[in-house]
Formats: sequence, C-alpha cells, structure tokens
Amino acid sequence: MTDLISSTPTGRGAVERSSRWERAALLVPGLGYVSAFMAVPVLLVLSYVFFQRGRFGGVVYEFTWDNFARAFSPTYRAVLVDSLVIAGAATVLALLIGYPVAYAIAMLPDRLRTIALVLVVIPFWTNFLVRTYAWIVLLSNEGLVNRSLERIGVIEDPLTLLYTRGAVVVGLVYAYLPLMILPLYASISKLDPELREAATNLGASRFKAFRTVTWPLTLPGVLTGCIFVFVPSLGNFIVPELLGGGKFVMVGNVVRDQFLKARDWPFGATLALVLIVVLVALFFVQSRVSRRLSTGGPS
Amino acid sequence: MRSLGWLRLPLALCMLFLYLPIAVLVVMSFNGGRSAFTMDGLSLRWYTKLAGNGDLLTALGNSLLVATGATLIAVVLGTTLAVGLARYTRSSTLDAYAMAPAIMPDLVLAIGLLAFYSLISMTLGLFSVMLAHAVFGMAFVVAVVRARLVQADPALEEASRDLGAGALTTFRRVTLPTIAPAVIAGALLTFTLSLDEFVIAFFTNGPTTPTLPISIYSMVRFGVTPEINALATVLLLVSFTVVIASARLSRRTEALDE
Repeated sequence: MTDLISSTPTGRGAVERSSRWERAALLVPGLGYVSAFMAVPVLLVLSYVFFQRGRFGGVVYEFTWDNFARAFSPTYRAVLVDSLVIAGAATVLALLIGYPVAYAIAMLPDRLRTIALVLVVIPFWTNFLVRTYAWIVLLSNEGLVNRSLERIGVIEDPLTLLYTRGAVVVGLVYAYLPLMILPLYASISKLDPELREAATNLGASRFKAFRTVTWPLTLPGVLTGCIFVFVPSLGNFIVPELLGGGKFVMVGNVVRDQFLKARDWPFGATLALVLIVVLVALFFVQSRVSRRLSTGGPS
Repeated sequence: MRSLGWLRLPLALCMLFLYLPIAVLVVMSFNGGRSAFTMDGLSLRWYTKLAGNGDLLTALGNSLLVATGATLIAVVLGTTLAVGLARYTRSSTLDAYAMAPAIMPDLVLAIGLLAFYSLISMTLGLFSVMLAHAVFGMAFVVAVVRARLVQADPALEEASRDLGAGALTTFRRVTLPTIAPAVIAGALLTFTLSLDEFVIAFFTNGPTTPTLPISIYSMVRFGVTPEINALATVLLLVSFTVVIASARLSRRTEALDE
C-alpha cells in the first residue's frame, strides 16, 4: 500500500484502513463497468474467431481455423488490401493538408490561434452522417462542383465524381482531418523556434532545416495524427456506402454485413480482429518512436 | 503576425475545405423548390416540414433519453473512478484500462456489445444503447477529470482530512468544487458524443426505437432532399453552440486558475 497518498507524517492506521475501503469504493464500480461493457464483450467476440457459425446464425463452440482461411482467401484479401490502400491514401492526404495547416496555426498570434483551433474542431463535432451527406450534395452530377466547372467552361458533361474511390478517400479525409491537425499542432507548437533558426543560421537551407530539425522532432505528432486518421478510416463503413455507392467494399462493410445480414458472427469477428491487430501494431510503433525521441537515442 | 507568409494559403484552403460543404447544406436548406441542388427562391418550408415529421421527433426524443441516461452513468462512475485513479493509485495500466473505451474502434465495441447482449439474452433497445454509450462516455469523463485532479494541489484535500473532515465531506466540500468545471465538460462531451453516435447504436438498438442518427442514416440512404438539409442545419447549429459554449467554459476556468 505504498502508493496510497498519505504524505502526512503521522502514521494513522485507522485512516489507512478506511482509505483502503475508499480506494475500492472509488475504483471498483468504474473499472467494473469498463470490464462488463468493454473488456468482456470485446474478448467474447474475438473468441468467436476460433468457432463456427450456427446454421441459423449464432455461434457453435467447435474449434476451427476456417475463418482465418476464408479471411485470407483471394476475395477477402482483395477487400483487405483495398481497405488498407483507401485508408492509407486518406491518411497521406490528410497529412499533406494537415501539416502546413497545423504549422500555420502554431504561428498565429494567441487570439487567432484559439479561433483557428475552434474552427478546425467544429466540423468534427457535427453529425458524421450529415458531414458525409454534404459531399453527396457537392459531388453528384448536378452538384456544386460539376455546376461550377460547367459554368466556367472547363467541362461540358458532368464528371462522375460521386461513387468513386476518390470520393471515398475525400469523404474520409473530410471526416478525420481535425484528428490529424490537432496532434500535429500540439507537436509543432511545442517546438522551440530557436532550433530551426540555429539550423538556418549555421547555413542549412530552409528545406534542410525542416528535414533535419522540424520533421524529426514533430514525428510523434505525425504518427499520432496518422493513427487517428488511419484506424477509424479502416473500420468505416458509412463513407464507402454513401460516397462509394456500395461499389467499394471496405473491411467495415463486410464486418457489418456479417453481423447484421449474413449472421456469420465468427467470420465477421475474424475480420474485426484484423482491425485490432493493425491498431495495436501502430500504437506499438508510435510508442517506440516517441520513446526513442524523448530519451534522445539514435533517430 | 509572425512570418506566416505562404502558409496563409493552406490555412485558407483548409478552412474552405472544411466549411464549403457545410455552407452548401445550410444555403440549400432555405430552398423554395424541391431540389436539393438548385436554389428556387428562399423559404422556410423544409423547416416547417421538418417540425411536422413525427418519426424524426420521436427519434430525437429517443436520442435525448439515451444521451441523458448515458451521461448520468458516465459522470457518476467516471468522476469517482478519476478520483480513485488520481488519488489512490499510481497505476498507469489502470489509467490506460479506464480510458481504453475512448480509443477502441467503434465497430469493434459495437460487435462486442452485440455478441455480449445476445449471450446474456438482453433485449435490444434504448436501454442497451444507453449502457453502451455510457462506457465510452465514462472514458472521456475520466480523461478530463483526472487531468484536472493531477493539476490540482492534493494538499488541500489532505488539510481537510487532517482537520477532521470525513472522506465524503472532503469530496463534497473540497474535491468537487475543484473538479466541477471538468465534470461539466466531461458531461457535455458525453452528451454530445452520445447524441451523434451512430455505429454502436446501429448494432445495439432494437428495430422499433431508432435514435436520431439511425433515422438520419435511413433518410440519407434513400437520397438527397432539402428536408435533410434543413435537419443538417439544425444539427449544425446545435454543435456550434455546444462547441463555443464549452470553449467559453474552459477559458473561464483557466481564467479562474490564474
């Protein structure tokens, strides 16, 4: 019980004992709730990856590797690869947009900076379906983008923008861009501007100063932002459905259909396991990089 | 302004990217015609139609019920857990465990809860959605309140205990006033997140009691109408208000600290 807070020097057994009860009373209900409504459910559904589906849905508790064989069969391997590519493209695009924006926000004077941050966050707090729906309105054949291009005479017939892979990527970037900008901003604003100045004063070009000083020091923020965009993009089934028109099936769509339509829970759970494995792997990489950076080891 | 230079351009483009789709929705919602794409005079007809849409209003009622219940559970359990984590243990594993529901991909939590509810034969409906929303809401409350407690000086609480106040009195008279802004922020966060949450609700709800996002989803799937634009505008207005209110709230508490 050394970790109890009792910095007062007078030893008081009664208080120590009562604080043990207090500790239990404070910790047990909350941690119990997390166990009951997160840990147990997630472990339960992940245990299904080793079992078979019942004839009428449900789960038959007989061991099998079949779900993995099916998950990596050519059909579903293509879905997995496609999902990784689409989520990866969204992440890269979000980083390319997000980095200069986060940098610009970090350079703003205090008052404007707060306003810019609030402006970046507001769309994130608006309903996800509404935000995705907005892109249907923009990208459809009679939508604003096609209309404007027709008016300025760039095109004569409307371009097919909606229900394309590009639309899915744009929808994902739009959905998760704030999650990229915020960690980048946190990382960039901590940067000491004198470091960069020192580099340029010592003769480095601005590009070299960025590549050798700014970029490595903001790498933890870059990785956090990438995880925050990549992970929810990979599991998303709304954007592919609404902006991809069902033509581009991502892992999330398959998991949804296996659980709610095909009722093959073990197979759905196996694909969801892929999501978790990716998540854990990315967090592992991220923590390694930040640790290496904070201990000043080789980079 | 420090050397913002050419960085002004990406900043401006980003704001355009973020707000153009929203602006189009808002403008189109005042359309006098029936098209979701072409403006045909200004009117409030779609807002009138929206106000008369009984199904949507029922769904809104359901969502408010779920969000209120989830917020109550999340605030009570989250606040006590945050105090426990910040004052009675220094385990970073427990910290991570308590906040894990906030990081867990929603789809994974959704299928997990569906499997769990089915195993314990729980009837799916608003109650099961509420219990599900409370678990990630609680993680956010823990995160916000714990951060506040770590900043606050534990000596105040110790002084109160030394002067003979019991655990409950100390919590009520010393700890709670310190963390009150964080508790309110956490509650606001949970309420908004729950109101907007779709994926988990979609998996853990019964067929007869849609929440608002579920109703929006079925509307959006069947195409684009000015009525959805009007609904979107109302929702946008609500989010704007909440974000700005909470930004004000946090600024005021920062001011109090100084």
